[in-house]
Amino acid sequence: MAFKKLAEIVEISESKGIPFWKVVQEEDCTEESISAEESFEKMKEILGAMRDADRNYKSELISKSGMAGGDGQKVREFNEKGSALVGDFISSVIEKAVKMGESNACMRRIVAAPTAGACGVIPAVLLTYEESKNERKERIIEALYVAAGIGEVLAESASIAGAEGGCQAEIGSAAAMASGALTYLEGGDNETIVNAVALCIKSILGLTCDPVAGLVEVPCIKRNAYGGVNAVVSAHLAMAGVKSRIPVDEVIDAMGRIGHLIPACLRETGQEGLATTQTAQDFCEKLMYTLS
Amino acid sequence: MNIFDIVGPVMVGPSSSHTAGAVKIGYVSRKLMGEDIAEAEILLYGSFLATGNGHGTKYALVAGLLGMKPDDENIPNSFDIAKAKGMKLTFGAAKLKEAHPNSVLMNLVGTSGKQLQVVGESLGGSLINISKVDGLSANFSGEHPTLIVHNQDQPGHVAEVTSMLSHKTVNVATLQLYRESRGGHAVMVLECDQEIPRESLQWLEHLEGIEKVTYYSLLED
Repeated sequence: MAFKKLAEIVEISESKGIPFWKVVQEEDCTEESISAEESFEKMKEILGAMRDADRNYKSELISKSGMAGGDGQKVREFNEKGSALVGDFISSVIEKAVKMGESNACMRRIVAAPTAGACGVIPAVLLTYEESKNERKERIIEALYVAAGIGEVLAESASIAGAEGGCQAEIGSAAAMASGALTYLEGGDNETIVNAVALCIKSILGLTCDPVAGLVEVPCIKRNAYGGVNAVVSAHLAMAGVKSRIPVDEVIDAMGRIGHLIPACLRETGQEGLATTQTAQDFCEKLMYTLS
Repeated sequence: MNIFDIVGPVMVGPSSSHTAGAVKIGYVSRKLMGEDIAEAEILLYGSFLATGNGHGTKYALVAGLLGMKPDDENIPNSFDIAKAKGMKLTFGAAKLKEAHPNSVLMNLVGTSGKQLQVVGESLGGSLINISKVDGLSANFSGEHPTLIVHNQDQPGHVAEVTSMLSHKTVNVATLQLYRESRGGHAVMVLECDQEIPRESLQWLEHLEGIEKVTYYSLLED
């Protein structure tokens, strides 16, 4: 029985007196008939795979289309120069998100979270937190459960597929999941966690999915960085006590409705938007020629 | 949907539908063959054909035919590995009627000369559907052990299969029946909760009226 509302998770958490992440874990244990330890072990493997993917970034790789690769290295070098506009935390989020997006485009092993196209957002935020705050890995794993619970509600009540709900469903969902997870790590209570999620989603409502040549490259890779930063901003606002005027489950319902209203030509079909710009069309022609 | 479908799966990019799903279609096909693939004619359709090049769909399908799973880092090297193994590959466009936009038709020959035709669809989120086996409807996900029996359309074959499963304490999760025409070729597809013993499959193959038995096991070879 998957959760359809974040309010359900919060309610169980409060009535049972257990944390948000534990509610999500208990549901997994019931669904899969496994012990809490077995479930935790699986999530630990996910964290391990995220770390490996982050570490195994190869700056020299170029995607099959030739459009993607090398940008993560540029960000890394810029960050190392110390001339970044933003602080170390955000700098690292941007770097890790771009690197992971590029690794995905270059057929490296990644963790789809919730999708392959949005695979950079959650690790960028959580691994940066783990490294910069020297956080215990158990707490990062707990934060992944928080992210999973939020993702489950989004999948049930809105969508996590670009073809169904546009990019808001992919990068938007990943950012929302990361913002809740980050708020948990910062010590936010249930209300603060769901507030971060609401604020985060509200800022990406309506984002379309119109990638060039139908590939998970342009604009998807860089959007992972924006998704990661959005997650941090939302957690920051929520921790400051800023409230979303619209309750989170209503925001998620709105996201689902908007997703269905986005015309099909802007839902991963390559028929409009960035995908049909002159440059994109020229690129497609060249791509067919060189790859066929 | 399980939480590890949300935070996960671990996979080789770039696309859960065009890459991970394609690996899975290849993998299930290899398992259905029950032996190494010697020759594969891979015919792409729809979005697989249009965007497959950039998504590495061909590498992914071949990787699956070689027995790789969606998280295998050798997926991008599948053509070289296939070449080293002497696997013959040809590619083209499939002509399919009313197929899912991410579809592939594969004509496969095993090392013993055994032939198999599979139509696979990638449904998104790395979920797949094997829609046809040897030209007849199949529609199974590759998430369960699956038995596909091609038989003559005559009374008693479903009973033979299901009583064998009952005898081996195998529970049926889903059961589908299709036929070309009354008294013609028929097919039954059974997704099961437990693995079916090899000797039971062999027993089934020798029954009168049974034309072909294909089995997809979740166990490693």
